[in-house]
Formats: sequence, C-alpha cells, structure tokens
Amino acid sequence: MLQQRGAIIFAWCLLAPALLYVLVIVAYPLVETIFLSFTDASLRRTYDWIGWDNYTKIFRSGFSTIIIRTFIWTFFSVLLKMIIGTCGALLLNVALPGRAIVRTLTLLPWIVPMAIGIFMWGWMYNGEFGMISGLLQRSGLTSSPIAFLAHGETAFWATVFTDVWIGVPMVTFYFLATIQSIPKDLYEAAWTDGASRFYRFRRITLPLMVPAMLTMSMISLISTFNSFDIIWILTRGGPSGETTTMIIDTYRTAIGSYKYGEGAARAVLVALCLSVFCFFYFRVVNRLSAQETK
Amino acid sequence: MGTGAMIDKFRWYEKILVYIGMLVFLTFIIAPFVEGFLVSLKPLSLLFSSPYRFWPENGSFDAYFRMWTTVPLLGRYIINSIFIALVGSSIALVLIIPASYALARMAFKGRGAVLGGMLTINMFSGAVLIIPLFQLLRNLGLLNTYFAMIVPGVAFTIGTGVWLLRAYLLRIPRELEEAAWVDGASRFYILRRVILPIAAPGILVVAIYCFLTIYAQQFIYAITFNSKSEYMPLAVGLFGFFGRQDVVWNELMAASFAGIAPVVIVFIFLQRYLVAGLTAGAVKT
Repeated sequence: MLQQRGAIIFAWCLLAPALLYVLVIVAYPLVETIFLSFTDASLRRTYDWIGWDNYTKIFRSGFSTIIIRTFIWTFFSVLLKMIIGTCGALLLNVALPGRAIVRTLTLLPWIVPMAIGIFMWGWMYNGEFGMISGLLQRSGLTSSPIAFLAHGETAFWATVFTDVWIGVPMVTFYFLATIQSIPKDLYEAAWTDGASRFYRFRRITLPLMVPAMLTMSMISLISTFNSFDIIWILTRGGPSGETTTMIIDTYRTAIGSYKYGEGAARAVLVALCLSVFCFFYFRVVNRLSAQETK
Repeated sequence: MGTGAMIDKFRWYEKILVYIGMLVFLTFIIAPFVEGFLVSLKPLSLLFSSPYRFWPENGSFDAYFRMWTTVPLLGRYIINSIFIALVGSSIALVLIIPASYALARMAFKGRGAVLGGMLTINMFSGAVLIIPLFQLLRNLGLLNTYFAMIVPGVAFTIGTGVWLLRAYLLRIPRELEEAAWVDGASRFYILRRVILPIAAPGILVVAIYCFLTIYAQQFIYAITFNSKSEYMPLAVGLFGFFGRQDVVWNELMAASFAGIAPVVIVFIFLQRYLVAGLTAGAVKT
C-alpha cells in the first residue's frame, strides 16, 4: 500500500495491544526475576540487595545434581518423542482404510486438559491396583506389584513416559505435514528407476525430514525443559527428590518455601538454559530458511 | 489418474505390518483413556481388589451420579474451566488478530525483532516467571479472581497464535486489499470488512488453539494465584477426590470424562479445520 508513513503508524497501532500485554505479563516479570535473584526477598515486605549470595548458595545445596537430572530427563523425553513421532507420522501417512480415525484419536492427548491425562497415568502407575503393574503380573512378567511412583528410578521413567505421551501428538502431526509436503514426483521418479520402498524412505523421506526434525526437537526441548504439571501431579519431585527438575525445584523454593530471592536465582538459571536452546533454535531456523531461498 | 496409483501398492503382509504398527501406536495413545473409562465403571471394591481385573464385571455408571455429591462444587469447577478458557481465548483473539495482520502485511522497521520476540515468549512460560507474576497480580488486585488464571494464560497463547494466524494471512492474495484501497476504503475498514471475513477459517483455528491451550494449562496458575474454591478450575478441583486415606478413583475418572467432554465436543465439530490449520501453520513457520 502506498502511503508509507500512515501504514507504519497503523501497523504499530495494531501491534500495540499485543506488545503491551506481553511486555507487562512476560517481559517485566522476567526483568523483575533477575532483579529479585540478587535480593533476599521473602514473605517479609522489605528485602536487601545481597549480590551473588543466592547463586553461590544454590551450588552448595546440590543444585548441580538437579541440573544434570533435568538435562537427562529432557534428553530422553525429547529423544523418545522424536522416535515415536516419526514412526507415528510414517504410519499415519500410509493410505489404508481406518487412517482417518487413527489420526483423530492421535490428537487426544494434546486436546485433553493436561492435568486430566496426568491423573489417568497416575492411576495406571498405581502399584497395587494399577493397570501396568496388574497386566505385568497377570502375564507373569513380574511376580510382585510394582509401585512405579514410589521408587526413584521407576518414578523418573514414569514421568518421562507421561511427558512423551503428552508431546507425541504435536510431533507426529508436524512430521506428517512435512512428509505430505514432499513432492510426489520425487517418489515416482525413484520408483521408475526401480528403487525399493526402503531405499526411497532412506534417500528421499528421511533427508527431507531432517529440517523438520531439527526445528521440532528445539521446540520440544523448550517445552519439555519447562514441563511442570506432569512431575508436580505425579510425584511432586519425589520420591526423595529423584524426579526434581530445575522447574520443580524453582517452584518449590519460591512458592512452597516463600524464598522468593533464592527461587528467582533458580528461575534465572532456567531462563539462561532456555536462552541457550533458543539461540541454537534461531541459528537452525535461519540456516534452514537461508537454504530454502537459495 | 491419482499419483498413488503410479507407485507400487502395499502387499498384503505389508498391510498387516502397518496395521500392527498402528495398533501399537494407538495403544500407547489411548490406553489411559480406555483404562480411565473402565475404572469409572468399576465399583471401588473391584478397583481395590487383587489380582487386577481388566474388565468391569457388574460395572455401572454409578460413579457418574455419585461424583456430584462427593465433590459438591464439581459442576462449578467444570463451568469455571470453560469460562476461563472462553474469556481467555476471546481476549487472546482481540490481541492476536490485529498484531498478526500487521506482521503479515506491513513492512516496518523492527518487524523481524517483533516476530522473533513472539517466538521467545513461550520459552518463559509457567514456573520461571511465577514470583513476579504473583506480585504483579497481587498489586493489580487480581489474586483469587478468575483473572488470576486468565491473565497469565492469555500471555502464553499470543506467541504461537500470532505465528499461526500470520501464516494464514500470508496466503490471502494482496490484490483484494489493494482493490478496496483504490476504491477509497480506509485501512481499518479493509481490515474489518475485507480481511476478517476471508480470514475467518484461520481465526477459527487460532481460537480453538487458544481455547484448548488455556483450558488445558490452568493448573499452575490456579494452584499459585487462587485459593478460593469458587473460582477453581477443574484441574485443581479434581483433587477433591483425594481423601485422607484413599482416592475415589472411579469417581475421579468419571469427573475427568465430564471435564474432557467439552473439549472433545469442540474438537469433533472443528477438527477438520484444526488439523489442516495447524499443519499448514507448522509447515509455514
């Protein structure tokens, strides 16, 4: 449109409400968190500037274990989402009767309120009466009940598994859309040349999925790292802290124990990790879009 | 002739393998729902008996009636959840529609930065900002109101919402607006009378996205910013089934299905648009 100046003013007017909202509800709290992390803020109305104390305290309290655990938790959850999502997308892409209904059902974990899905998993993991333990016993694989959420190791994997379940629909549909955007003539050309189905998958589908896999794993990484509801509802970070991730620890310190300053310092560390992911995400996106326009 | 006919068909054993694969995948996805539904039909005595029994022998819909008296505010919780998601997604749309139009159609300095910024919002969701958000909501006098859950919920739909709608708007031909402009229509008139009607399907997708997201993710805001049971969303209200000794699992599951019903109904009617819109938006970004 012609009148440049008017258009620019109009554009900023349209943007203003959303920008203001985000600035007040996201950006300002972010700055405030950084500020609070250098204070001894608590339930008391007054607080003092204490410099790096919160940060030095964090690492003396064994926070490094929690950081490592968070990364392991995130790594396995994202890895499983990618693998299962890829398999799911390939299966849902095959033109066979019944595909439409399978596609619809696949979205269920995503559309259902998170907490409700988690409650259902909570019951499935129940040691004495839950389905998983029950079926394992009936099939004779184990002789005694397994209380999945009562032991550190099984609780860790139980929370990972539930996180995967909630994340898989998005990944599957993103990959499905990617596969369907691959030009059909590529396959036809390969088929005329006598390439087998597996060969076509390895040489056409897989390479063309790599950009989507990179993008999705970054998005997934961020949401998994931030995952709160699943662990909080299933285990509250227990048993004896074995499912405590950085987010859970942040929440427990800040809201559970009213140590706002110490909690804020943890939140800043979470934000730092996320910024690193985001930095790589943007690099991947930029490189990919540069390739596309080439 | 369809392109599919060109490529070799699946042999019968390949079809069977695909179906087995689908079955395994589907089992993983719907197992919790199947088990949840069976649990809602079982009497407590059958639930808490060993060995584990899969099928609800002499099952009934009892739990669906009794749950309303076990947790007297249950109906209120469900309505609260719907209300929060409805108001939240309406506010979100009012913010998202003009912003994504500006980002799709107008060239101005800083557009790239704004778009990038929109992507980063989702990074800081939930617990990271919880302390200042608490103080902010307290200072605004919004603690223990519906807005304690609506205000932060809306913020974390804006980023994805703007990207989704922008992708949709980019596909609408520019000529339509230019024709109206030549006819002397004002910018605002063009947005309202030309763009909004054409973009309606895209807006619908974003509306469903916002509704589902806010409906699904009220939990952390509710347990932190709200202590009044009359404003509780269902996600927290379900803890009413957790007794001192035992959890009334059959009624909890029945109540869960009552809470799933609204979103499933929304979804059944609108899934065509949603799946198409989400995948289109995903590929575009």
